[in-house]
Amino acid sequence: MRILVTVKHTPDLQSQRSFTDGRVTRTAEDGTMNELDEYAVEAALQLVEAAGEGEVYALTVGGPDAVAAVRKALQLGVHHALHVSDEAVGGSDVFGTAKVIAAAVNKIHGEAPLDLVITGMAALDGLTSMLPTALAAELDWSQLTLASALSVADGEATIERHLADAHETVSAPLPAVVSVTDELNKPRFPNFKLIMAARKAPVTVWTLEDLGVNAADAGAGASRTTVVDASERPPRADRVKVTDTGDAGTQLADFLIEKGLA
Amino acid sequence: MTTVAVLIDHRDGAVTRPSLEALTLARSLGTPVAVWLGESPSADAAAQLGEYGATEVRVVDVADARLAASAAAALGAASDDADVIVVISTFVTKEIVTRLAMTTGAGVVVDAAGAEIVDGKVEALQTVFAATWNVRTRIDADKAIIGVRPNTTQATPADSAGAGTIIDVSVDLPETRERVVSVAPVEQSDGTPLAEAPVVVSGGRGTGGDYTLVSELADLLGGAVGASRDATDEGWISHEHMVGQTGTTVTPALYVACGISGAVHHRGGMQASGTIVAINMDPDAPIFEIADFGVVGSLFDVIPQTIERIKERRGA
Repeated sequence: MRILVTVKHTPDLQSQRSFTDGRVTRTAEDGTMNELDEYAVEAALQLVEAAGEGEVYALTVGGPDAVAAVRKALQLGVHHALHVSDEAVGGSDVFGTAKVIAAAVNKIHGEAPLDLVITGMAALDGLTSMLPTALAAELDWSQLTLASALSVADGEATIERHLADAHETVSAPLPAVVSVTDELNKPRFPNFKLIMAARKAPVTVWTLEDLGVNAADAGAGASRTTVVDASERPPRADRVKVTDTGDAGTQLADFLIEKGLA
Repeated sequence: MTTVAVLIDHRDGAVTRPSLEALTLARSLGTPVAVWLGESPSADAAAQLGEYGATEVRVVDVADARLAASAAAALGAASDDADVIVVISTFVTKEIVTRLAMTTGAGVVVDAAGAEIVDGKVEALQTVFAATWNVRTRIDADKAIIGVRPNTTQATPADSAGAGTIIDVSVDLPETRERVVSVAPVEQSDGTPLAEAPVVVSGGRGTGGDYTLVSELADLLGGAVGASRDATDEGWISHEHMVGQTGTTVTPALYVACGISGAVHHRGGMQASGTIVAINMDPDAPIFEIADFGVVGSLFDVIPQTIERIKERRGA
Protein backbone atom coordinates (compact mmCIF):
# COMPACT_ATOMS: atom_id res chain seq x y z
CA MET A 1 0.00 0.00 0.00
CA ARG A 2 1.52 3.31 -1.12
CA ILE A 3 -0.23 6.48 -0.09
CA LEU A 4 0.51 10.16 -0.51
CA VAL A 5 -1.10 12.66 1.88
CA THR A 6 -1.32 16.33 1.02
CA VAL A 7 -0.80 18.67 3.97
CA LYS A 8 -1.19 22.42 4.01
CA HIS A 9 0.64 25.03 6.04
CA THR A 10 -2.05 27.28 7.50
CA PRO A 11 -2.22 29.93 10.21
CA ASP A 12 -3.04 28.52 13.63
CA LEU A 13 -6.77 28.93 14.32
CA GLN A 14 -6.02 30.53 17.66
CA SER A 15 -3.68 33.13 16.14
CA GLN A 16 -4.62 36.55 14.71
CA ARG A 17 -5.29 35.62 11.10
CA SER A 18 -4.96 38.28 8.42
CA PHE A 19 -4.35 39.15 4.78
CA THR A 20 -1.25 40.78 3.28
CA ASP A 21 -1.43 42.04 -0.32
CA GLY A 22 -4.48 39.93 -1.03
CA ARG A 23 -3.01 36.69 0.30
CA VAL A 24 -3.36 34.86 3.60
CA THR A 25 -0.51 35.89 5.89
CA ARG A 26 1.61 32.86 6.75
CA THR A 27 4.42 33.04 9.24
CA ALA A 28 6.70 30.35 10.64
CA GLU A 29 5.67 31.20 14.22
CA ASP A 30 1.91 31.06 13.81
CA GLY A 31 1.80 28.45 11.08
CA THR A 32 1.13 24.77 11.50
CA MET A 33 -0.20 21.79 9.57
CA ASN A 34 -3.86 22.36 8.73
CA GLU A 35 -5.71 20.66 11.58
CA LEU A 36 -8.05 18.76 9.26
CA ASP A 37 -5.05 17.18 7.51
CA GLU A 38 -4.32 15.22 10.71
CA TYR A 39 -7.28 12.99 9.85
CA ALA A 40 -5.80 12.32 6.41
CA VAL A 41 -2.41 11.42 7.87
CA GLU A 42 -4.09 9.15 10.41
CA ALA A 43 -6.15 7.42 7.71
CA ALA A 44 -3.04 6.75 5.65
CA LEU A 45 -1.04 5.41 8.58
CA GLN A 46 -3.90 3.12 9.64
CA LEU A 47 -4.30 1.68 6.13
CA VAL A 48 -0.57 0.95 5.85
CA GLU A 49 -0.47 -0.52 9.36
CA ALA A 50 -3.46 -2.74 8.58
CA ALA A 51 -1.89 -3.88 5.30
CA GLY A 52 1.32 -4.70 7.15
CA GLU A 53 3.35 -3.12 4.40
CA GLY A 54 3.63 0.13 2.53
CA GLU A 55 4.78 3.71 2.72
CA VAL A 56 3.21 7.08 3.38
CA TYR A 57 4.43 10.28 1.73
CA ALA A 58 3.47 13.72 3.00
CA LEU A 59 3.52 16.50 0.44
CA THR A 60 3.20 20.24 0.93
CA VAL A 61 3.33 23.15 -1.49
CA GLY A 62 4.39 26.60 -0.34
CA GLY A 63 7.23 28.88 0.65
CA PRO A 64 10.16 27.90 2.92
CA ASP A 65 8.00 28.09 6.08
CA ALA A 66 5.59 25.48 4.72
CA VAL A 67 8.10 22.79 5.65
CA ALA A 68 6.53 22.99 9.13
CA ALA A 69 3.52 21.11 7.75
CA VAL A 70 5.52 18.08 6.55
CA ARG A 71 7.64 18.11 9.74
CA LYS A 72 4.39 17.73 11.68
CA ALA A 73 3.41 14.81 9.43
CA LEU A 74 6.81 13.20 10.07
CA GLN A 75 6.19 13.54 13.82
CA LEU A 76 2.98 11.60 13.34
CA GLY A 77 4.82 8.82 11.58
CA VAL A 78 4.81 9.30 7.80
CA HIS A 79 7.85 7.82 6.07
CA HIS A 80 8.79 10.46 3.50
CA ALA A 81 8.42 14.24 3.32
CA LEU A 82 8.12 16.21 0.08
CA HIS A 83 8.08 19.99 -0.24
CA VAL A 84 7.39 21.85 -3.46
CA SER A 85 9.01 25.20 -2.76
CA ASP A 86 9.13 27.77 -5.51
CA GLU A 87 8.53 31.52 -5.53
CA ALA A 88 6.44 31.05 -8.64
CA VAL A 89 3.81 29.01 -6.73
CA GLY A 90 2.72 31.94 -4.56
CA GLY A 91 -0.78 33.22 -5.26
CA SER A 92 -1.92 30.07 -7.08
CA ASP A 93 -5.64 29.46 -7.21
CA VAL A 94 -7.05 25.99 -6.62
CA PHE A 95 -6.54 25.00 -10.26
CA GLY A 96 -2.88 26.05 -10.30
CA THR A 97 -2.31 24.29 -6.99
CA ALA A 98 -3.96 21.12 -8.31
CA LYS A 99 -1.66 21.20 -11.33
CA VAL A 100 1.45 21.45 -9.14
CA ILE A 101 0.32 18.73 -6.73
CA ALA A 102 -0.66 16.46 -9.62
CA ALA A 103 2.84 16.83 -11.10
CA ALA A 104 4.41 15.87 -7.76
CA VAL A 105 2.01 12.93 -7.36
CA ASN A 106 2.83 11.72 -10.86
CA LYS A 107 6.55 11.92 -10.12
CA ILE A 108 6.16 9.61 -7.10
CA HIS A 109 3.59 7.47 -8.92
CA GLY A 110 6.08 7.07 -11.78
CA GLU A 111 8.73 5.65 -9.42
CA ALA A 112 6.31 3.05 -8.09
CA PRO A 113 2.50 3.19 -8.38
CA LEU A 114 0.56 4.89 -5.59
CA ASP A 115 -2.78 3.47 -4.47
CA LEU A 116 -4.24 6.58 -2.90
CA VAL A 117 -3.86 10.28 -2.40
CA ILE A 118 -5.57 11.27 0.83
CA THR A 119 -6.44 14.88 1.72
CA GLY A 120 -8.27 16.66 4.52
CA MET A 121 -11.85 17.78 3.81
CA ALA A 122 -10.85 21.45 3.71
CA ALA A 123 -8.11 23.81 4.75
CA LEU A 124 -9.20 25.81 7.75
CA ASP A 125 -8.01 29.05 6.16
CA GLY A 126 -9.76 28.89 2.80
CA LEU A 127 -12.39 26.25 3.58
CA THR A 128 -13.43 25.88 -0.05
CA SER A 129 -13.06 22.05 -0.18
CA MET A 130 -12.38 22.30 -3.94
CA LEU A 131 -8.82 20.96 -4.10
CA PRO A 132 -9.58 17.21 -3.83
CA THR A 133 -12.00 17.39 -6.76
CA ALA A 134 -9.63 19.51 -8.85
CA LEU A 135 -6.76 17.13 -8.09
CA ALA A 136 -8.76 14.03 -9.03
CA ALA A 137 -9.79 15.68 -12.30
CA GLU A 138 -6.23 16.80 -13.03
CA LEU A 139 -4.84 13.30 -12.38
CA ASP A 140 -7.85 11.58 -13.98
CA TRP A 141 -8.05 9.33 -10.92
CA SER A 142 -11.17 8.28 -9.04
CA GLN A 143 -12.71 10.93 -6.82
CA LEU A 144 -14.01 9.86 -3.39
CA THR A 145 -14.68 12.90 -1.25
CA LEU A 146 -15.83 13.67 2.31
CA ALA A 147 -15.24 10.14 3.57
CA SER A 148 -16.44 9.46 7.10
CA ALA A 149 -15.57 5.78 6.57
CA LEU A 150 -12.93 4.34 4.23
CA SER A 151 -11.91 0.83 3.26
CA VAL A 152 -9.64 -0.56 0.56
CA ALA A 153 -9.97 -4.06 -0.86
CA ASP A 154 -9.50 -5.84 -4.18
CA GLY A 155 -8.16 -2.80 -5.99
CA GLU A 156 -11.12 -0.67 -4.97
CA ALA A 157 -11.69 2.00 -2.36
CA THR A 158 -15.10 2.39 -0.74
CA ILE A 159 -16.25 5.35 1.29
CA GLU A 160 -19.30 6.50 3.19
CA ARG A 161 -20.21 10.16 2.97
CA HIS A 162 -22.77 12.01 5.04
CA LEU A 163 -24.43 14.70 2.96
CA ALA A 164 -27.22 17.00 4.08
CA ASP A 165 -29.87 14.96 2.27
CA ALA A 166 -28.45 11.43 2.22
CA HIS A 167 -25.82 9.02 3.41
CA GLU A 168 -24.03 7.55 0.41
CA THR A 169 -21.71 4.62 -0.11
CA VAL A 170 -19.45 5.13 -3.13
CA SER A 171 -16.83 2.77 -4.61
CA ALA A 172 -14.17 3.36 -7.23
CA PRO A 173 -11.09 1.62 -8.56
CA LEU A 174 -7.61 2.62 -7.40
CA PRO A 175 -5.79 4.87 -7.76
CA ALA A 176 -8.10 7.32 -6.10
CA VAL A 177 -8.08 10.74 -4.49
CA VAL A 178 -9.90 10.49 -1.17
CA SER A 179 -10.78 13.43 1.08
CA VAL A 180 -11.62 12.56 4.67
CA THR A 181 -13.71 14.32 7.33
CA ASP A 182 -13.02 14.73 11.02
CA GLU A 183 -15.57 11.95 11.69
CA LEU A 184 -13.29 9.29 10.17
CA ASN A 185 -10.85 8.69 13.01
CA LYS A 186 -9.12 10.06 16.09
CA PRO A 187 -5.68 11.35 15.04
CA ARG A 188 -2.77 10.08 17.14
CA PHE A 189 -0.45 12.35 19.09
CA PRO A 190 3.21 12.52 18.09
CA ASN A 191 5.45 10.48 20.39
CA PHE A 192 8.81 11.63 21.69
CA LYS A 193 10.85 9.25 19.57
CA LEU A 194 9.15 10.41 16.36
CA ILE A 195 9.44 14.08 17.33
CA MET A 196 13.19 13.68 17.72
CA ALA A 197 13.48 11.69 14.49
CA ALA A 198 11.37 14.22 12.56
CA ARG A 199 13.90 16.96 13.31
CA LYS A 200 16.60 15.13 11.43
CA ALA A 201 14.49 13.41 8.78
CA PRO A 202 15.32 14.48 5.24
CA VAL A 203 12.76 16.55 3.30
CA THR A 204 12.88 16.30 -0.48
CA VAL A 205 12.55 19.78 -1.96
CA TRP A 206 11.36 20.27 -5.51
CA THR A 207 10.99 23.36 -7.66
CA LEU A 208 8.44 23.68 -10.46
CA GLU A 209 11.23 22.99 -12.92
CA ASP A 210 12.00 19.70 -11.14
CA LEU A 211 8.34 18.76 -11.68
CA GLY A 212 8.25 19.92 -15.26
CA VAL A 213 5.55 22.47 -14.49
CA ASN A 214 5.67 25.67 -16.53
CA ALA A 215 5.81 28.59 -14.08
CA ALA A 216 3.17 30.38 -16.18
CA ASP A 217 0.67 27.57 -15.41
CA ALA A 218 0.81 28.15 -11.65
CA GLY A 219 1.09 31.09 -9.31
CA ALA A 220 -0.67 34.44 -9.27
CA GLY A 221 -0.26 34.96 -13.02
CA ALA A 222 -2.30 31.85 -13.83
CA SER A 223 -4.94 32.51 -11.18
CA ARG A 224 -8.43 33.00 -12.55
CA THR A 225 -9.33 35.25 -9.62
CA THR A 226 -7.73 38.21 -7.84
CA VAL A 227 -8.39 39.42 -4.32
CA VAL A 228 -9.04 43.15 -4.84
CA ASP A 229 -9.80 44.04 -1.26
CA ALA A 230 -9.48 42.43 2.17
CA SER A 231 -10.37 44.22 5.36
CA GLU A 232 -10.94 43.26 8.95
CA ARG A 233 -14.60 43.49 9.94
CA PRO A 234 -15.40 45.88 12.76
CA PRO A 235 -16.37 44.15 16.00
CA ARG A 236 -20.08 43.97 16.74
CA ALA A 237 -21.25 47.24 18.27
CA ASP A 238 -23.60 47.82 21.21
CA ARG A 239 -23.29 44.37 22.69
CA VAL A 240 -25.25 43.64 25.84
CA LYS A 241 -24.35 41.07 28.50
CA VAL A 242 -26.58 40.54 31.49
CA THR A 243 -26.27 38.20 34.46
CA ASP A 244 -29.51 36.43 35.26
CA THR A 245 -30.95 37.61 38.53
CA GLY A 246 -34.42 36.32 37.81
CA ASP A 247 -35.65 38.27 34.78
CA ALA A 248 -32.95 37.79 32.10
CA GLY A 249 -35.32 35.55 30.09
CA THR A 250 -37.86 38.38 29.94
CA GLN A 251 -35.15 40.87 28.96
CA LEU A 252 -34.05 38.53 26.19
CA ALA A 253 -37.61 38.22 24.89
CA ASP A 254 -38.02 42.00 24.87
CA PHE A 255 -34.70 42.38 23.01
CA LEU A 256 -35.82 39.90 20.34
CA ILE A 257 -39.22 41.55 19.93
CA GLU A 258 -37.71 45.05 19.66
CA LYS A 259 -35.34 43.76 16.98
CA GLY A 260 -38.30 42.28 15.09
CA LEU A 261 -36.87 38.79 15.53
CA ALA A 262 -39.64 37.22 17.61
CA MET B 1 -26.33 41.26 -22.26
CA THR B 2 -24.97 39.03 -19.54
CA THR B 3 -26.64 35.64 -19.31
CA VAL B 4 -26.65 34.25 -15.78
CA ALA B 5 -27.43 30.54 -15.35
CA VAL B 6 -28.76 29.62 -11.90
CA LEU B 7 -28.63 26.00 -10.75
CA ILE B 8 -31.94 25.50 -9.00
CA ASP B 9 -32.15 23.46 -5.84
CA HIS B 10 -35.47 21.66 -5.50
CA ARG B 11 -36.96 19.28 -2.95
CA ASP B 12 -39.98 17.08 -3.67
CA GLY B 13 -40.57 19.14 -6.80
CA ALA B 14 -40.69 22.45 -4.93
CA VAL B 15 -38.18 25.25 -5.46
CA THR B 16 -36.19 25.95 -2.27
CA ARG B 17 -35.90 29.46 -0.88
CA PRO B 18 -32.13 29.71 -1.46
CA SER B 19 -32.87 29.14 -5.17
CA LEU B 20 -35.12 32.22 -5.15
CA GLU B 21 -32.36 34.15 -3.37
CA ALA B 22 -29.89 33.02 -6.05
CA LEU B 23 -32.28 34.15 -8.82
CA THR B 24 -32.66 37.52 -7.10
CA LEU B 25 -28.88 37.90 -7.00
CA ALA B 26 -28.63 36.75 -10.63
CA ARG B 27 -31.03 39.54 -11.73
CA SER B 28 -28.57 42.11 -10.38
CA LEU B 29 -25.85 40.60 -12.59
CA GLY B 30 -27.74 40.09 -15.84
CA THR B 31 -30.56 38.03 -17.34
CA PRO B 32 -31.25 34.88 -15.34
CA VAL B 33 -32.01 31.49 -16.82
CA ALA B 34 -32.85 28.65 -14.46
CA VAL B 35 -31.15 25.25 -14.79
CA TRP B 36 -33.17 22.34 -13.43
CA LEU B 37 -31.57 18.91 -13.10
CA GLY B 38 -34.04 16.03 -12.84
CA GLU B 39 -37.58 15.34 -13.94
CA SER B 40 -39.30 18.32 -15.58
CA PRO B 41 -40.68 20.83 -13.05
CA SER B 42 -44.40 21.35 -12.55
CA ALA B 43 -46.07 24.32 -14.25
CA ASP B 44 -46.30 25.99 -10.83
CA ALA B 45 -42.61 25.58 -10.15
CA ALA B 46 -41.69 26.94 -13.59
CA ALA B 47 -44.07 29.88 -13.08
CA GLN B 48 -42.46 30.67 -9.74
CA LEU B 49 -38.99 30.66 -11.34
CA GLY B 50 -40.40 33.09 -13.92
CA GLU B 51 -41.74 35.36 -11.18
CA TYR B 52 -38.22 35.62 -9.82
CA GLY B 53 -36.92 36.58 -13.23
CA ALA B 54 -36.01 33.37 -15.06
CA THR B 55 -36.60 33.86 -18.77
CA GLU B 56 -36.06 30.15 -19.39
CA VAL B 57 -36.12 26.99 -17.33
CA ARG B 58 -33.59 24.66 -18.90
CA VAL B 59 -34.35 21.10 -17.90
CA VAL B 60 -31.72 18.38 -18.04
CA ASP B 61 -33.58 15.18 -17.28
CA VAL B 62 -30.79 13.19 -15.70
CA ALA B 63 -32.04 10.33 -13.59
CA ASP B 64 -28.95 10.24 -11.45
CA ALA B 65 -26.55 13.11 -11.16
CA ARG B 66 -25.24 12.37 -7.68
CA LEU B 67 -21.65 12.17 -8.88
CA ALA B 68 -19.90 15.51 -9.36
CA ALA B 69 -18.66 14.70 -12.85
CA SER B 70 -22.18 13.77 -14.05
CA ALA B 71 -23.83 16.81 -12.54
CA ALA B 72 -21.08 19.06 -13.92
CA ALA B 73 -21.70 17.71 -17.42
CA ALA B 74 -25.44 18.32 -17.05
CA LEU B 75 -24.99 21.85 -15.71
CA GLY B 76 -22.41 22.56 -18.39
CA ALA B 77 -24.76 21.48 -21.20
CA ALA B 78 -27.42 23.87 -19.92
CA SER B 79 -25.10 26.83 -19.28
CA ASP B 80 -22.95 26.77 -22.40
CA ASP B 81 -23.88 30.35 -23.37
CA ALA B 82 -23.83 31.76 -19.83
CA ASP B 83 -21.25 34.34 -18.79
CA VAL B 84 -22.00 33.78 -15.14
CA ILE B 85 -23.19 30.66 -13.31
CA VAL B 86 -24.69 30.92 -9.84
CA VAL B 87 -25.14 27.93 -7.53
CA ILE B 88 -26.04 27.64 -3.86
CA SER B 89 -22.83 26.88 -2.01
CA THR B 90 -22.86 23.38 -0.49
CA PHE B 91 -20.26 20.63 -0.27
CA VAL B 92 -21.95 18.97 -3.28
CA THR B 93 -22.23 22.03 -5.53
CA LYS B 94 -18.66 23.06 -4.75
CA GLU B 95 -17.50 19.76 -6.27
CA ILE B 96 -19.79 20.21 -9.28
CA VAL B 97 -18.51 23.69 -10.08
CA THR B 98 -14.88 22.61 -9.60
CA ARG B 99 -15.41 19.92 -12.26
CA LEU B 100 -17.18 22.41 -14.53
CA ALA B 101 -14.43 24.98 -14.12
CA MET B 102 -11.80 22.37 -15.03
CA THR B 103 -13.47 21.87 -18.42
CA THR B 104 -14.54 25.47 -19.13
CA GLY B 105 -11.68 27.50 -17.68
CA ALA B 106 -14.11 29.43 -15.51
CA GLY B 107 -12.98 31.34 -12.42
CA VAL B 108 -14.75 30.31 -9.23
CA VAL B 109 -15.58 31.90 -5.89
CA VAL B 110 -17.58 29.78 -3.45
CA ASP B 111 -19.18 30.55 -0.08
CA ALA B 112 -19.92 34.05 -1.33
CA ALA B 113 -22.14 36.46 0.54
CA GLY B 114 -22.93 38.48 -2.59
CA ALA B 115 -21.66 39.55 -5.99
CA GLU B 116 -21.77 42.50 -8.37
CA ILE B 117 -20.50 43.49 -11.79
CA VAL B 118 -17.67 46.04 -11.65
CA ASP B 119 -16.13 47.28 -14.93
CA GLY B 120 -17.56 44.29 -16.76
CA LYS B 121 -16.13 41.70 -14.34
CA VAL B 122 -17.86 39.80 -11.57
CA GLU B 123 -16.67 40.65 -8.07
CA ALA B 124 -17.72 38.34 -5.26
CA LEU B 125 -17.86 39.14 -1.57
CA GLN B 126 -16.92 36.67 1.15
CA THR B 127 -16.42 36.68 4.88
CA VAL B 128 -13.46 34.53 5.95
CA PHE B 129 -11.48 33.52 9.04
CA ALA B 130 -14.62 32.76 11.02
CA ALA B 131 -16.28 35.91 9.62
CA THR B 132 -13.66 38.27 11.01
CA TRP B 133 -12.55 39.52 7.57
CA ASN B 134 -14.36 40.73 4.45
CA VAL B 135 -12.79 39.78 1.14
CA ARG B 136 -13.67 41.02 -2.34
CA THR B 137 -12.46 38.84 -5.20
CA ARG B 138 -12.57 39.69 -8.90
CA ILE B 139 -13.11 36.83 -11.31
CA ASP B 140 -10.74 37.52 -14.20
CA ALA B 141 -11.68 34.53 -16.36
CA ASP B 142 -14.25 35.04 -19.15
CA LYS B 143 -16.71 32.73 -17.43
CA ALA B 144 -17.50 33.29 -13.76
CA ILE B 145 -18.96 30.80 -11.31
CA ILE B 146 -20.27 31.94 -7.93
CA GLY B 147 -21.36 29.71 -5.07
CA VAL B 148 -23.60 31.82 -2.86
CA ARG B 149 -24.52 31.05 0.73
CA PRO B 150 -28.18 30.85 1.76
CA ASN B 151 -29.64 33.82 3.66
CA THR B 152 -27.23 36.33 2.13
CA THR B 153 -29.64 37.87 -0.41
CA GLN B 154 -33.24 38.84 0.33
CA ALA B 155 -35.41 36.93 -2.17
CA THR B 156 -37.79 39.28 -3.99
CA PRO B 157 -39.93 38.68 -7.10
CA ALA B 158 -38.84 40.51 -10.26
CA ASP B 159 -40.55 43.81 -11.18
CA SER B 160 -41.26 42.29 -14.56
CA ALA B 161 -41.48 38.52 -14.49
CA GLY B 162 -39.48 36.32 -16.84
CA ALA B 163 -41.31 33.95 -19.18
CA GLY B 164 -40.03 30.85 -17.40
CA THR B 165 -40.25 28.92 -20.66
CA ILE B 166 -39.35 25.26 -20.23
CA ILE B 167 -36.62 24.14 -22.61
CA ASP B 168 -35.35 20.56 -22.66
CA VAL B 169 -31.59 20.14 -22.87
CA SER B 170 -30.07 16.78 -23.69
CA VAL B 171 -26.68 15.63 -22.51
CA ASP B 172 -24.52 12.56 -22.80
CA LEU B 173 -23.29 11.91 -19.30
CA PRO B 174 -19.62 10.96 -19.09
CA GLU B 175 -18.44 7.54 -17.97
CA THR B 176 -17.43 7.88 -14.34
CA ARG B 177 -14.88 5.83 -12.45
CA GLU B 178 -16.98 6.15 -9.31
CA ARG B 179 -20.09 4.08 -8.60
CA VAL B 180 -22.76 5.00 -6.04
CA VAL B 181 -23.37 1.71 -4.21
CA SER B 182 -26.17 2.88 -1.96
CA VAL B 183 -28.05 6.02 -0.97
CA ALA B 184 -29.94 6.27 2.31
CA PRO B 185 -32.01 9.46 2.48
CA VAL B 186 -31.57 11.39 5.71
CA GLU B 187 -34.87 11.79 7.45
CA GLN B 188 -35.51 15.52 7.40
CA SER B 189 -37.00 16.97 10.52
CA ASP B 190 -40.07 19.08 9.86
CA GLY B 191 -39.47 22.60 8.71
CA THR B 192 -36.54 24.29 7.06
CA PRO B 193 -33.13 22.63 6.73
CA LEU B 194 -30.46 24.04 9.00
CA ALA B 195 -28.42 25.83 6.32
CA GLU B 196 -31.49 27.67 5.01
CA ALA B 197 -33.26 28.48 8.26
CA PRO B 198 -33.79 32.19 9.04
CA VAL B 199 -33.44 31.38 12.75
CA VAL B 200 -31.21 28.74 14.35
CA VAL B 201 -31.41 27.75 18.01
CA SER B 202 -28.46 25.55 18.99
CA GLY B 203 -27.76 23.52 22.09
CA GLY B 204 -24.40 22.34 23.37
CA ARG B 205 -22.88 20.69 26.41
CA GLY B 206 -24.97 22.87 28.71
CA THR B 207 -28.17 21.10 27.61
CA GLY B 208 -26.94 17.88 29.20
CA GLY B 209 -28.55 16.16 26.22
CA ASP B 210 -32.04 17.53 26.79
CA TYR B 211 -33.16 19.37 23.65
CA THR B 212 -36.76 19.96 24.74
CA LEU B 213 -36.36 23.66 25.51
CA VAL B 214 -34.05 24.30 22.56
CA SER B 215 -36.59 22.71 20.19
CA GLU B 216 -39.49 24.57 21.77
CA LEU B 217 -37.75 27.94 21.34
CA ALA B 218 -36.77 27.04 17.76
CA ASP B 219 -40.40 26.17 16.96
CA LEU B 220 -41.67 29.39 18.49
CA LEU B 221 -39.21 31.48 16.44
CA GLY B 222 -39.80 29.50 13.23
CA GLY B 223 -36.27 28.18 13.24
CA ALA B 224 -34.19 25.02 13.03
CA VAL B 225 -32.32 23.20 15.78
CA GLY B 226 -28.53 23.21 15.72
CA ALA B 227 -25.88 21.67 17.95
CA SER B 228 -22.22 21.91 18.86
CA ARG B 229 -19.62 19.25 18.08
CA ASP B 230 -19.65 18.26 21.77
CA ALA B 231 -23.33 17.41 21.58
CA THR B 232 -23.10 15.37 18.37
CA ASP B 233 -20.01 13.55 19.67
CA GLU B 234 -21.99 12.64 22.79
CA GLY B 235 -24.65 11.19 20.50
CA TRP B 236 -27.29 13.51 21.95
CA ILE B 237 -28.33 14.65 18.48
CA SER B 238 -27.43 13.56 14.94
CA HIS B 239 -24.49 14.93 12.95
CA GLU B 240 -26.82 16.71 10.50
CA HIS B 241 -27.50 19.26 13.25
CA MET B 242 -23.86 20.15 13.82
CA VAL B 243 -23.04 23.81 13.26
CA GLY B 244 -19.36 24.49 12.64
CA GLN B 245 -16.57 24.62 10.14
CA THR B 246 -16.77 20.89 9.43
CA GLY B 247 -20.52 20.60 9.85
CA THR B 248 -23.05 23.08 8.51
CA THR B 249 -22.16 26.75 8.14
CA VAL B 250 -25.18 28.91 8.90
CA THR B 251 -25.89 32.59 8.38
CA PRO B 252 -29.40 33.10 9.80
CA ALA B 253 -30.86 36.46 10.79
CA LEU B 254 -30.88 35.19 14.40
CA TYR B 255 -28.61 32.62 16.04
CA VAL B 256 -29.27 31.56 19.63
CA ALA B 257 -26.47 29.55 21.29
CA CYS B 258 -27.69 27.70 24.40
CA GLY B 259 -25.08 26.14 26.65
CA ILE B 260 -22.39 26.42 23.97
CA SER B 261 -19.00 27.75 25.02
CA GLY B 262 -18.10 28.91 21.51
CA ALA B 263 -14.96 27.04 20.50
CA VAL B 264 -13.31 28.48 17.41
CA HIS B 265 -14.60 25.63 15.19
CA HIS B 266 -18.17 26.35 16.21
CA ARG B 267 -17.80 30.09 15.79
CA GLY B 268 -16.43 29.60 12.31
CA GLY B 269 -19.75 28.03 11.34
CA MET B 270 -22.06 30.74 12.71
CA GLN B 271 -20.16 33.98 13.25
CA ALA B 272 -21.58 35.65 10.15
CA SER B 273 -25.13 35.37 11.52
CA GLY B 274 -27.18 38.57 11.77
CA THR B 275 -27.94 38.79 15.49
CA ILE B 276 -26.23 36.43 17.93
CA VAL B 277 -27.68 35.54 21.33
CA ALA B 278 -25.80 33.43 23.88
CA ILE B 279 -27.01 31.82 27.08
CA ASN B 280 -24.26 30.24 29.18
CA MET B 281 -23.48 29.60 32.83
CA ASP B 282 -19.82 30.53 32.38
CA PRO B 283 -19.34 34.33 32.25
CA ASP B 284 -15.96 33.80 30.55
CA ALA B 285 -17.28 31.59 27.73
CA PRO B 286 -15.77 32.81 24.41
CA ILE B 287 -19.23 32.82 22.79
CA PHE B 288 -19.92 36.07 24.74
CA GLU B 289 -17.17 37.81 22.74
CA ILE B 290 -19.39 37.72 19.67
CA ALA B 291 -22.87 37.79 21.22
CA ASP B 292 -25.07 40.84 20.61
CA PHE B 293 -27.11 39.79 23.63
CA GLY B 294 -25.48 37.56 26.22
CA VAL B 295 -27.11 36.04 29.27
CA VAL B 296 -24.97 34.59 32.03
CA GLY B 297 -27.34 32.05 33.51
CA SER B 298 -28.95 28.66 33.20
CA LEU B 299 -30.75 27.93 29.95
CA PHE B 300 -33.25 25.92 32.00
CA ASP B 301 -34.27 29.14 33.80
CA VAL B 302 -33.87 31.60 30.93
CA ILE B 303 -35.52 29.84 27.97
CA PRO B 304 -38.88 29.04 29.64
CA GLN B 305 -39.17 32.69 30.71
CA THR B 306 -38.27 33.91 27.21
CA ILE B 307 -40.86 31.60 25.66
CA GLU B 308 -43.54 32.72 28.10
CA ARG B 309 -42.79 36.40 27.54
CA ILE B 310 -42.85 36.10 23.74
CA LYS B 311 -46.18 34.23 23.87
CA GLU B 312 -47.57 36.84 26.27
CA ARG B 313 -46.54 39.77 24.07
CA ARG B 314 -47.77 38.07 20.92
CA GLY B 315 -51.10 37.48 22.61
CA ALA B 316 -51.34 41.10 23.71
